[in-house]
Amino acid sequence: MSTKLGMKHFWPFFWKLANPKVFMRWSGLCLPWIIALTVLCLGTGLIWGFFLTPDDARQGSTVKIIYLHVPSAFIAINGYFVMVLGSLFWLVRRQHVSVLVAKASAPIGMTMTVIALTTGAIWGQPIWGTYWVWDPRLTSFLILFLFYIGYVALWAAIDDQDKVADLTSVLALVGAVFAVLSRYAVIFWNQGLHQGTTVTIADGVSQKNISSIFFQPLLLSMIGFGLLFLTLLLIGARTEIRAQRLQVLEGLERLK
Amino acid sequence: MIQLFTRDVVLSVRSGGGFGLALVFFLILVVLMPFALGPDQSVLAKIAPGLLWLGALLACLLSSDRIFGMDYEDGTLELLATSPLPLESVYLAKAAAHWFTTGLPLSLAAPVFGILLNLNLEVGGVLCLSLLLGTPALSLIGSFGATLTLGVRRGGLLLSLLVLPLYIPTLIFGALTVNAAALGKELDGSLIPILAITLGAIAILPFFSAMALRANLQ
Repeated sequence: MSTKLGMKHFWPFFWKLANPKVFMRWSGLCLPWIIALTVLCLGTGLIWGFFLTPDDARQGSTVKIIYLHVPSAFIAINGYFVMVLGSLFWLVRRQHVSVLVAKASAPIGMTMTVIALTTGAIWGQPIWGTYWVWDPRLTSFLILFLFYIGYVALWAAIDDQDKVADLTSVLALVGAVFAVLSRYAVIFWNQGLHQGTTVTIADGVSQKNISSIFFQPLLLSMIGFGLLFLTLLLIGARTEIRAQRLQVLEGLERLK
Repeated sequence: MIQLFTRDVVLSVRSGGGFGLALVFFLILVVLMPFALGPDQSVLAKIAPGLLWLGALLACLLSSDRIFGMDYEDGTLELLATSPLPLESVYLAKAAAHWFTTGLPLSLAAPVFGILLNLNLEVGGVLCLSLLLGTPALSLIGSFGATLTLGVRRGGLLLSLLVLPLYIPTLIFGALTVNAAALGKELDGSLIPILAITLGAIAILPFFSAMALRANLQ
């Protein structure tokens, strides 16, 4: 009952955020709190993870890179999801805030993809004996990175704001379809060629494969990374909104 | 729509730019490969299916920025937008014309070029079949990319940046099929994913491309 009531208030409020003024006011109010929470969660999670957990029996202290690797991978995928949703809302409802949120999401997601790939490579060298294998998971992350680059590059290429918003949104939607397709194609491809040689990673997200000593700080740093993403997203979107206002003001100034 | 298709085909054949060039590019690529990798016959035969698929894909990509570019610059596209023909059909006709002038000749030539890479004719047949089914998807995706980069000056590099990741699934399934055939496996159903991508592209890309065209022509 209470969740239903909550939802009833949430959605009208959510759509009201599409008004840039409302968005700026609310995001301005929330931002300091979110930043504080981010610092708290991320700080506790990482310090707990790095210094207060025992070394793994076989992997030694290299296992601790998991506290950066798993959360960044988690955000890399969800960043794309946010991008696609923002694009979809823009195409349907034509509200600038949503497309600017999508625009702000792309570089963050791209950076997270790089972090996930790099930390994975650094961990892989001592454990697997190589920085890189064409494992389906790694490959699809690399492909995800390419999709991010394409989206960001298209934003940079065109000046006309409404036009580029339309074009990038279309690209994000089609890209999402093809990204999912690539994900499954890659699984098919690697099994088809190198059967049995793929390295299976113990999935950090499901609690079965990981002891709770490691899981609790991991969960905390995942929440921390989520909040970090939200912080950067809000800052990015606020900057974009201000940049667009500035552009309009400069246009008006030139007319005088 | 058929008129637009024939117009595009005739234009690309007569203007001496698009038609033969993709094919010659493909040939040169195939000729360069042994120089890069050494003339060992068994090595060449092993990697030939993948190389031929990759070559066909790049040849398709390189010709795809002309699909809309010329018509956008001289205003033909704006006329087409005001005509009763919906932009979705304009896109389909142009993509079909692109396939007819690049994808089709490339598919037919691939087994012949395969001889240069020590690919036997039986596998060449599978290669031809997989390219025939797969290149329409490449043309459709390339045309979609072309609608996105219309307004960008010197959009060629950006176009390849946008389109190449979208080519990945087609390439994977295409090369997988031919590689399996080269290892002497039965075909059983491995052409289906390629066909599925092509049909899926026909189903969804016209709408997105028309959206992109409208944004560009505003």
